[in-house]
Amino acid sequence: MNIHEYQARELFEKFGVATSQGRVAATADEAIEVARSLGDKPIVVKAQIHAGGRGKGTFTNGFKGGVHMCKNPEEAGEIAGKMLGQTLVTHQTGPEGKVVSKVLVAEAVDISRELYFAILLDRATSQPVVIASTEGGMDIEAVAEHAPEKIMREFVNPFLGLQPFQTRKLADALGLKGKQASQAGKLFTALYKLFMARDCSQIEVNPLVVTPDGQLLALDAKFNFDDNALFRQPEIVAMRDKSEEDPREVAASEFNLNYIGLDGNIACLVNGAGLAMATMDIIQYCGGKPANFLDVGGGASKEQVSAAFKIILSDPNVHGILVNIFGGIMDCNVIANGIVAAARETHLGIPLVVRLEGNNVAAGKQTLAESGLTIITGSDLADAAHKVVAAVKAA
Amino acid sequence: MAILVTPETRILVQGITGDFGSRHARLSLDYGTQLVAGVTPGKGGQSFEHGTHKVPIYDTVANAAKQSGATVSVIFVPPPFAADAILESIDAGMDLVVAITEGIPVNDMVRVKHAMRGSKTRLIGPNCPGIVTPGEGAQSHGGCRIGIAPGYIHKKGNVGVVSRSGTLTYEAVWQLTSRGFGQSTCVGIGGDPVNGTSHLDVLKMFNDDPETEAIIMIGEIGGDAEELAAEWAAVHCKKPIAGFIAGATAPPGRRMGHAGAIVSGGKGTAADKIAAFKAAGIAVAETPSVMADTLLRHWGKA
Repeated sequence: MNIHEYQARELFEKFGVATSQGRVAATADEAIEVARSLGDKPIVVKAQIHAGGRGKGTFTNGFKGGVHMCKNPEEAGEIAGKMLGQTLVTHQTGPEGKVVSKVLVAEAVDISRELYFAILLDRATSQPVVIASTEGGMDIEAVAEHAPEKIMREFVNPFLGLQPFQTRKLADALGLKGKQASQAGKLFTALYKLFMARDCSQIEVNPLVVTPDGQLLALDAKFNFDDNALFRQPEIVAMRDKSEEDPREVAASEFNLNYIGLDGNIACLVNGAGLAMATMDIIQYCGGKPANFLDVGGGASKEQVSAAFKIILSDPNVHGILVNIFGGIMDCNVIANGIVAAARETHLGIPLVVRLEGNNVAAGKQTLAESGLTIITGSDLADAAHKVVAAVKAA
Repeated sequence: MAILVTPETRILVQGITGDFGSRHARLSLDYGTQLVAGVTPGKGGQSFEHGTHKVPIYDTVANAAKQSGATVSVIFVPPPFAADAILESIDAGMDLVVAITEGIPVNDMVRVKHAMRGSKTRLIGPNCPGIVTPGEGAQSHGGCRIGIAPGYIHKKGNVGVVSRSGTLTYEAVWQLTSRGFGQSTCVGIGGDPVNGTSHLDVLKMFNDDPETEAIIMIGEIGGDAEELAAEWAAVHCKKPIAGFIAGATAPPGRRMGHAGAIVSGGKGTAADKIAAFKAAGIAVAETPSVMADTLLRHWGKA
């Protein structure tokens, strides 16, 4: 799950992570009010959407840039008015863009140094790792490749937490001395507490800055949260903004289906995450393009299969469907009945290829054959994938 | 000999009275597995009945293990309580804990993993289908089935199967069985980013197991466990291995169902893993349809 920049700053404030002054605004008047409360300082107004590349984005009304510097509160209000309710297109939003319903109004901070600081889970050692670099504002993966000596990693024992000596090592590696080193100690410790307390899977502070007057501030951050832990994180769940998510993915999650939309034209419906990925792969291998990832889980009901069909078919690019079920425990006939009901209910007009294997498969195949529907059956996964690709090309 | 478990291994089930746990406890009993005890706090003294089977239920793992002689525990406990259930089994000194539960918070597993250091217990999973060592009977009846895999698709034999994914394991097993080749043991290590046992751990066990003659290793995007296993296999593994990696078409930055299946920062791609397999002399199946055929060719059986 992702959150907005203003929500990241709310978490920073709550956990004592030093950041610049600022607040969120939903109207131009609110933006003016927030700007006034910041005192007589230069102001920055930032459109709040989940996608990156906001500064270089363009609104569909022609207004350029989702990040603007303003001289006074009135100008901040004017800029906010041009952003709010408008659609911002960046290189990460896709051509349809994202509607901006909130802006962040914050003091514009002068920057003398930009640093990189992140906390994430290291899978290989099963513990959190802090990553820091003097090369802030750069693509960190590029730094890792070309100048690995500029990246410092500090592993954290989960029972001890981030220790003071570790924050000193990190500050030293970042060239933070004296008062800045002690600020760094506080800031890194607060970030680590936030990481653990809110079940984050990643906090990437971007940028961590030193101001000309020597303040160390976390200006913005990319947060990722562990979906498995959301049941105990009501504060984070309340930050979810469904308007930022693919509506098909939101609908799927309501039926406990695992759906991810892609840009191909052959939809697939599969039980099991590994098999679902492998089914996408084999569609591509056979010359087609998968339209989605969809795992209906180990015990899919008729209702779930029906919901899955509707979600798949809400994608106008879909020109064929491949159903691949290895029903180990699950009864293939239950699935077959679900498929038939869903195909009837949706008046399915595109090729449907079904590969069923496993428990009670004979009855399942009979149900499909006797349905009177045009359902193509595949003898195995490869056969089914070839058939759906061919059927879509022929249609 | 098989690895990890044999048909004689005695099993207890944590969460035996829940919907999920009870369904699979019944299927394991039907398969002929020595399922000898259940644990549900608050229900100690009752019993779990299925056909002629009457499995005693205990309040604690320690007591269940002591009374029943179980050495392996399987966990069907819901995610918020699963880490505690694993720790309880470690405390009771079980040899092996198999955590089926999907959706355990990663931070819980980080703590469990560190708490396990120095203990004799091995953890498989979480978020895994479990382990099957097929039996000698019809449709492999009489084997040891721990978890949620369909027992009947197996056949006793000499191929070891290790995978992060449940249904891809079944796919591989079914392909082998349909071609007349049985399995020594099939191990689902689970799809979470922090798990108890890696591909490499299982490869080492298969390599040392006299009954295992060839291996299918199934991986997917995310992390570098497959690469580490391949690196080791290149030097140490005496047995032919066929591999398959799922997720070549997965978009970067998205979790593909399994919490651990994610390409992040350009790391953990299918291409990297396939290249590592090939470099290690592992025969790579181009599609999931040919996992068994790829192994049989590499093994000189086809």
